Amino acid sequence: MKLITVAGPPSSGKTSVILKTIAALGLPPGSVGVVKFDSLTSFDHQRYDEQQIPNQTAFAGKICPDHHFVSNVEGAVEWGMKKGLSVLVTESAGLCNRCSPYVNGILSVCVIDNLSGINTPRKIGPMLKYADVVVVTKGDVVSQAEREVFAFNIREVNASATVLFVNGITGQGAFMLARYWQDTLDIRTLRDRKLRFTMPAAICSYCTGETLIGEMYQMGMVKRMEFDDA
Amino acid sequence: MKTLDYVAEVSAVPIGDILRRYPLAVDYLANIRLVGVDETKTLPEILEDVDEDMLEEFGLDREEVIFHFSAFLEAFSRTDESIETISSITILGGRDKTGRPEMLELTVTPGEVVSIVGPTGSGKSRLLEDIECLAQRDTPTARQILINGSAPDLDKRFSTGGKLVAQLSQNMNFVMDLTVQEFLEMHAKSRMIPDSAEVVEKCFAVANSLAGEKFTLDTKVTQLSGGQSRSLMIADTALLSSSPIILIDELENAGIDRREAIEILVGNEKIVLMSTHDPLLALRADKRIVIRNGGVTKVIETTTEEEQTLHKIEAIDSALLTIRNQLRRGAIVTNESIPEFQEK
Ligand SMILES: Nc1nc2c(ncn2[C@@H]2O[C@H](COP(=O)(O)OP(=O)(O)OP(=O)(O)O)[C@@H](O)[C@H]2O)c(=O)[nH]1
Ligand SMILES: Nc1ncnc2c1ncn2[C@@H]1O[C@H](COP(=O)(O)OP(=O)(O)OP(=O)(O)O)[C@@H](O)[C@H]1O
Ligand SMILES: [Mg+2]
Ligand SMILES: [Mg+2]
Ligand SMILES: [Zn+2]
Ligand SMILES: [Zn+2]
Repeated sequence: MKLITVAGPPSSGKTSVILKTIAALGLPPGSVGVVKFDSLTSFDHQRYDEQQIPNQTAFAGKICPDHHFVSNVEGAVEWGMKKGLSVLVTESAGLCNRCSPYVNGILSVCVIDNLSGINTPRKIGPMLKYADVVVVTKGDVVSQAEREVFAFNIREVNASATVLFVNGITGQGAFMLARYWQDTLDIRTLRDRKLRFTMPAAICSYCTGETLIGEMYQMGMVKRMEFDDA
Repeated sequence: MKTLDYVAEVSAVPIGDILRRYPLAVDYLANIRLVGVDETKTLPEILEDVDEDMLEEFGLDREEVIFHFSAFLEAFSRTDESIETISSITILGGRDKTGRPEMLELTVTPGEVVSIVGPTGSGKSRLLEDIECLAQRDTPTARQILINGSAPDLDKRFSTGGKLVAQLSQNMNFVMDLTVQEFLEMHAKSRMIPDSAEVVEKCFAVANSLAGEKFTLDTKVTQLSGGQSRSLMIADTALLSSSPIILIDELENAGIDRREAIEILVGNEKIVLMSTHDPLLALRADKRIVIRNGGVTKVIETTTEEEQTLHKIEAIDSALLTIRNQLRRGAIVTNESIPEFQEK
């Protein structure tokens, strides 16, 4: 089974791109599945159901979404193997900008959109920096110049990634992404593979349910900011 | 130069000199929050004083910063060889919506304009998409696109895909919060054009010559009107975009000087294909492709006779433009505004 990890900021077009790319793969119905990782709510399952794509949704709830992803991605792979999928896609939203759900040796796709502002590529961090393929969506609504500048800003952060333009609505460009999916490694398990980037350091008292504000309530890993003298 | 050569350079030369040699380097440092550094020190010396925890947040240690920085310099110092000179593109027919074969072999060269006409829904935009992705019989139309007479290899298709082709369409807007000047400078920088002032100035002048109402360099691009935006996009695509092929999807109704717009694009040795419902644009092209039911049914070379009618159509168009301008000015439209009526 091939595993593809897709990540990106909320509403950047991940589901749209995944749906179009699955269509471009042209594999028999039911042989490509998706596991969506999100924090609180998601309506993506409806869109996958509509296309009869086997899918599962995992909500992090009160757990840090990044930690939740790592602790469940192995289970996702087991689910895919049991279902007899030939391609499993994980879609992650709700991760923080400091994190990335990418695993060494597994194709990592970051989806960002042209509307999010030209400096966004510089702010996203590891999710962009450690991706193999960066997919840029919503190019249909911005000027050619902005697409070029946006792609340039991506290359400044991640000079080695392939940058692809995909239109999440018409699917233009999706078949190029499908080529990358086809060429990726077949795996049976994720056990013993390493994350490309460390997950956020825990645990502070707020991780475990503290809600009161004040130094006396803070314990564990705390990073304190230094402010200018007034 | 290889990355390792840059490592040697970065390790020996003070960062101030590096920043002057490679103007983009400042972006890399800013991205890892290294600003206002002591310019007399080398990068390794500077990193000695940087908190390791801070670097770790970016997933880097000191050695890695130096290596990544060098890889960055290497990547952005590569000359743009990837853009080969395009001497022609060829469209080979596939099949129409009912699966009938499409008899077509059309080669277009730089400086040529081809218009695409056909009823709504006939597949004009689809043909432009096939060209954009350099289709290799792998899109619903099964068309194939050749570059310089042969099939582009996969790598080229991927690495230049976006760069070979620039697109302009009715739905496109500016979303950046920048002034016209900042916007043009930023685009020039991303193209790594060393002395951008001149081309920025030229782009601005051309854009203004296309637009009805003039704008200034310090206007925000998001505040430009539809016609002004379109003018700036055309000038920018002609003068600042590296792509040798330009695809235009329905430029009409933009309130700009369409004739001059086409001339500017063609004058810059671009290959221009445009889908259009506008007779003036369709006839201004050297050739026009007629599409029905998803397939090309005809390729018509604009005849001398058509070129002559073009003058009349232009007269009608400019009569319409006069009326439009009168309306805009708040004037009353009279029979005198319409040449045909004056004769009677
Ligand atoms: N114009 C335009 N809209 C797009 C494009 N791609 C996606 N969209 C729209 O953007 C919105 C969000 O797309 P989704 O695919 O749901 O985004 P997502 O990243 O999966 O969102 P979450 O999973 O909720 O984080 C939808 O309304 C899409 O129709 C594109 O290329 N162009
Ligand atoms: N040869 C073909 N085979 C299959 N589908 C096709 C073919 N050509 C076009 N189509 C499909 O037909 C639909 C309409 O085509 P398209 O949007 O290109 O029309 P258009 O000429 O641009 O229309 P408009 O003038 O309204 O913009 C699209 O979904 C397109 O993918
Ligand atoms: Mg989604
Ligand atoms: Mg169209
Ligand atoms: Zn995180
Ligand atoms: Zn915590």
